[in-house]
Amino acid sequence: MSGDSHSEHIVPVGVYVGVFLALMVLTALTTAVAFVDLGPLNTVVALTIAVIKMLLVVLFFMHVRYNKGLTRIVIVAAFFWLGIMMALMLADELTRRWDMYPEPWSTLLPFISKFL
Amino acid sequence: MAELAAHAHPAGMAHQFEDIEQQRDAGRLGMWIFLATEILFFGGMFTSYTIYRELHLAAFETGSRLLEVQFGATNTAVLICSSLTMALAIRAAQTGRKKGTIIFWLILTMILGATFLGLKFRFEWYHDYVENIVPGLGFKNRAEWGPLAPQVQMFMCFYFFMTGLHALHMVVGIGMLTVLLIMTARNRFSAEYYAPLEISGLYWHFVDIVWIFLFPLLYLIGGRYAMGGH
Repeated sequence: MSGDSHSEHIVPVGVYVGVFLALMVLTALTTAVAFVDLGPLNTVVALTIAVIKMLLVVLFFMHVRYNKGLTRIVIVAAFFWLGIMMALMLADELTRRWDMYPEPWSTLLPFISKFL
Repeated sequence: MAELAAHAHPAGMAHQFEDIEQQRDAGRLGMWIFLATEILFFGGMFTSYTIYRELHLAAFETGSRLLEVQFGATNTAVLICSSLTMALAIRAAQTGRKKGTIIFWLILTMILGATFLGLKFRFEWYHDYVENIVPGLGFKNRAEWGPLAPQVQMFMCFYFFMTGLHALHMVVGIGMLTVLLIMTARNRFSAEYYAPLEISGLYWHFVDIVWIFLFPLLYLIGGRYAMGGH
């Protein structure tokens, strides 16, 4: 049959090693930053670095950069579903205690009431 | 039989596919659909972690500081190394290298996976046991936690369930690598057909990604800077 079916993209070793080094540097960076007091930004920085590392693994190690569109739709759908789960559960949880604990939501109430 | 011979396919190619390329795409798509269910499976835990962290932030930060960051960071590095060796094992098959090369990278990946589990079970969890911070196994409340103690224990439950479920996936991954090793030794793969390697690689990298998120969530974002060195 098809002897020409070798259209598969083969990632150069250099790209793998480059991605590997980037992941190692980002791991060292996120660990070092954890020991610096940035206030609420600590969480933001840690999760941003984690997302960058995930993208590196998904795009290069998992070959998604070279895959067909259908695979990408499945991946985007998976994270969209994860987003629905998190957003709806947090929307419930974060708004439950408005009447019990006035802070900090009460500061929003005058603003919201303008639209009611 | 003559008819079957006329329909001869390349080794590893199933009858229902047009060509090996279509088979590869179908295999990848199927694996990603499975990984989508895995994302939601772990996602349930990440969501409940987020909600309880929001409810009991101080206790979760106290709990996070009980963990030893050097174990988490070392294991992150070990897993990233194992992802590289897994990618190189698949590349060795794609480029039609000798089976010895594929076996070398697979064994290296298994050793790194076992190193991760060894560090976690033998050193980290043992350390947690000695420190009396394992819920259900001699967990001791500390005076400085005050009224936060029950929620600190809940953080430790999250820690053990999340890292435990991740470790279970690592054990499954090492089992898959064992099967791949046997298949490689039996000359089942070629530059044309390496689907089991690639599909298992996707799983291995996925487990790596789960850890990439567990590491900052459990070890790093607990106000560790307040501890002064370590």
